[in-house]
Amino acid sequence: MTAFPSPLVGYLLVAAALFAIGLAGALVRRNAIMVLIGIELMLNSANLNLIAFWRFGLHPQALTGMMFAIFSIAVAAAEAAVGLGLVISIYRHTGTTELDKVNRLKG
Amino acid sequence: MSPVFYILAAITIAGGLAAILLKHLIHAALAVTVAFAGMALLFLQLDAQFVGFAQILVYIGAVAILIVFAILLTRGAELPKEGVFSKTWLAGLAIAAGVFAVIGWAVLQSIDAVPQRNAAPAVAVRDIGNALVGRYVLPLEIVGLLLTSATIGAVIVAMHERERAR
Repeated sequence: MTAFPSPLVGYLLVAAALFAIGLAGALVRRNAIMVLIGIELMLNSANLNLIAFWRFGLHPQALTGMMFAIFSIAVAAAEAAVGLGLVISIYRHTGTTELDKVNRLKG
Repeated sequence: MSPVFYILAAITIAGGLAAILLKHLIHAALAVTVAFAGMALLFLQLDAQFVGFAQILVYIGAVAILIVFAILLTRGAELPKEGVFSKTWLAGLAIAAGVFAVIGWAVLQSIDAVPQRNAAPAVAVRDIGNALVGRYVLPLEIVGLLLTSATIGAVIVAMHERERAR
């Protein structure tokens, strides 16, 4: 099974597909929580790129790509906590999480 | 490329697609959990055991639970009457397809340039720990500060507001 000349290309294509799926989710859905899920998918696919380049790159002992992915996972966790807190706060203010209806700057 | 890679890639992409296509938010949250799990297995397939297990702990253990809690707290389980997709869904889909086309074209153009090393890197968790408290100790401290402030910020933002006198 050697459809790709290099296994790295396969991982990069999977990551690109997941990034596009996450972007589509963030752009197409109306609910704020679904937009956050799309952003999480995009962050995850970026991590896959980093790990794939670390695995097939030249100096895996330097651990650069892996460290980048670990810190990226930590930042994504912080982002999810704050984002979902904001969604809950918006829901308290406006009674909805549909982004089309949240169109006022003045609370 | 092993068949395992194709199976894992199919599971991950199917989970992601199901997450953005399913109408009910709870179903979408469960589907995105499948995508997170597939991603963790892809990390394990890439000999990055530590990151794979961190992915399982953080994403499946924390982020997915957080998403489910947010859905329940915002009554997101009820379907909106206007449908789940926005009015500009066609433009969003076109943008996503364009981005995928550009990235895929760039990847396929660089087949000859990408590195081709196949030997698995011999990196133990001990090395990762040593690097985290050695060379990467400052980013580690900053991430700790970021997580602390993000936790406090999320609590303050989501806390009940007192009635303000106007």
